[in-house]
Amino acid sequence: MDFFLYNKFGQMLLVIIVFAALIAVLLAIAWAADRWIGKGRRWAALAVFGGPALLLLAVGLIWPAIRTFYMSFYDAGTNNAVGLQNYVFTFTNTGAVIAFRNTFIWVFLVPIASTLIGLIYAILVDRSKFEKIAKSLLFLPMAISFVGAGIIWKFVYEYRGAAQEQIGLLNAFITWLGFEPVRFLQDAPWNTLFLIAVMIWIQAGFAMVILSAAIKAVPTDIIEAARLDGVNAWEMFRNITVPSIRPSLVVVLTTISIATLKIFDITRTMTGARFDTQVLANQMFDYSFVFGDNGVGSAMAVAIFILVIPLVAYNIRQMAKNRAVRG
Amino acid sequence: MASVTYDQATRVYPGQERPAVDALNLEVADGEFLVLVGPSGCGKSTSLRMLAGLEDVNSGRILIGDRDVTDVQPKDRDIAMVFQNYALYPHMSVADNMGFALKIAGTPKAQIRERVEEAAKILDLTEYLDRKPKALSGGQRQRVAMGRAIVRQPQVFLMDEPLSNLDAKLRVQTRTQIASLQRRLGVTTVYVTHDQTEALTMGDRIAVLKDGLLQQVGTPREMYDTPANVFVAGFIGSPAMNLGSFAVADGKANLGDTHIPLTRTTIDALTEEDKGEITLGFRPESLDVATEGEEGAFAINVNLVEELGSDAFVYGQLAAREVAEHVTSGAGEAQLIARVDPRRPPMKGDKIWVKVRAGEAHVFSSATGLRLPA
Repeated sequence: MDFFLYNKFGQMLLVIIVFAALIAVLLAIAWAADRWIGKGRRWAALAVFGGPALLLLAVGLIWPAIRTFYMSFYDAGTNNAVGLQNYVFTFTNTGAVIAFRNTFIWVFLVPIASTLIGLIYAILVDRSKFEKIAKSLLFLPMAISFVGAGIIWKFVYEYRGAAQEQIGLLNAFITWLGFEPVRFLQDAPWNTLFLIAVMIWIQAGFAMVILSAAIKAVPTDIIEAARLDGVNAWEMFRNITVPSIRPSLVVVLTTISIATLKIFDITRTMTGARFDTQVLANQMFDYSFVFGDNGVGSAMAVAIFILVIPLVAYNIRQMAKNRAVRG
Repeated sequence: MASVTYDQATRVYPGQERPAVDALNLEVADGEFLVLVGPSGCGKSTSLRMLAGLEDVNSGRILIGDRDVTDVQPKDRDIAMVFQNYALYPHMSVADNMGFALKIAGTPKAQIRERVEEAAKILDLTEYLDRKPKALSGGQRQRVAMGRAIVRQPQVFLMDEPLSNLDAKLRVQTRTQIASLQRRLGVTTVYVTHDQTEALTMGDRIAVLKDGLLQQVGTPREMYDTPANVFVAGFIGSPAMNLGSFAVADGKANLGDTHIPLTRTTIDALTEEDKGEITLGFRPESLDVATEGEEGAFAINVNLVEELGSDAFVYGQLAAREVAEHVTSGAGEAQLIARVDPRRPPMKGDKIWVKVRAGEAHVFSSATGLRLPA
């Protein structure tokens, strides 16, 4: 037993064995349910195939959500109820204004810029000779974690005093041109924009891939009909392409908005939320895990959750509406 | 209004050796309804798309009226096309769909509205003008697609199998509607279909294509009465013509016990390459029930009788088994179809004697497949 518990390799082996056993149990239950003939068959199938997912959702998502909501009304150690005090603090603490302002700027700029860049790129490379390689290039950042991207860009933005040799790509270039080096990450308010550029760099690839697929799915005969109707390139884009890919546009915009609302890693790795770059999710992390105040941290988490709800609701409504047009 | 001329128009798809359309020469008169018909892959749709400007012309020319449009943009050709799947813009209302081309052309709004409403009245679409295509039935969508073409008041209508997505009953209805509408508007129309019945019922003239080559052009009557070759003979007419290869001897076409007399001119037209054989075609409706021993009569073993009320068709085989496989028809290999009196149809398993009505046999060279003079 010691081998499994106190040895890295043993631990890994143990995990694999447990995982295999779990799969075996699931398969066995599925097999048993499949043999079940008679009245309860439908329910047995539902329980077997939906059950594990529901269970994991309950344990990993629903219970924590309830628990967070509960904790947001208690003090730092979740001992005494404090009413709405944590919420009041969430909206009135000295950092709140900056965190809300920055998050608003993020959520405004990232989805619009990423979608626009992705859309234009998708149209430009569509059916060109280099389409595959061009698309791979823009999609590549998606494969990099936010933390990884943050570190890469931290080096790109790196600043050294004018007397020193610049190790940051951008400042090296700027000084080579003969200008003074720029403190990209330290000088507010522009530093927030430089962080936002990293997020756009990541999300534009996502937008491009989804929109490119949507553009390819526009029926050829509709495009041909429009050509016969005499549209030029811009009219084709405005009157045919954009309305046709509208459902995908909405999905892309809302998905990126939600991801941006929760942005945490980039500020954390690149500035540590200093120099006025604080955002809501990072503030929540700070209060929960750096300052150890579970109450305030939970209240902030709930605030973010409430901000996400309208986006999700809009997304679902749009999907229902599009079904009415296309089906 | 304008005529349409294909002048040696050829289309070769990239990466393919054989042209999809090979040196097509075709003239469509002003106001004429021409149907391009043929089996799938024959080049009929490609020919239409070349006229529309959606497909490049590799060599040759296409003219609308006196204007060479070979290298003209689709939008500048003054044509309107009806697509097989209608190609309606799903996000626009019926009215916007119909008026889109005019809107792009910068026509004043009031005039667009007027023309759209006029077309909607003709097509019985007035009450659907504000709906989206999704909320329409297949037949209504088809009419919107027609309306979109009409509103533009083009020189030429192009229609690419516009009825193939409708159910059988609606197709027959719409067929006559389109044909009469075209006659009323008097707009030159090129219509593509794979359905020879559609071709016969709608076209002023029919052009049959196969493997990118034009086989024959003519009025429905000409196509039916004097098919230029074996392919056209088998393609036009429903049920299809019976075709058989016969040996020529004693001024007759012989197959087993069947002897059908041939004319002097036919026999004179035969050449070395025919190797003493001839392809004989006779339509199911050209057969008369006869009695054993009559000259030219042959026996059929009845496999199946199809009763349609107005007609009855016998599907069978030549009774002379050893030669039965020499006769084929559209119904399948070694089958023979004959129309009989629907009031006295034979039974399955019967043996009936039939005879080709005088002057209604079609003779083709067995070497070239071309029609021989009768």
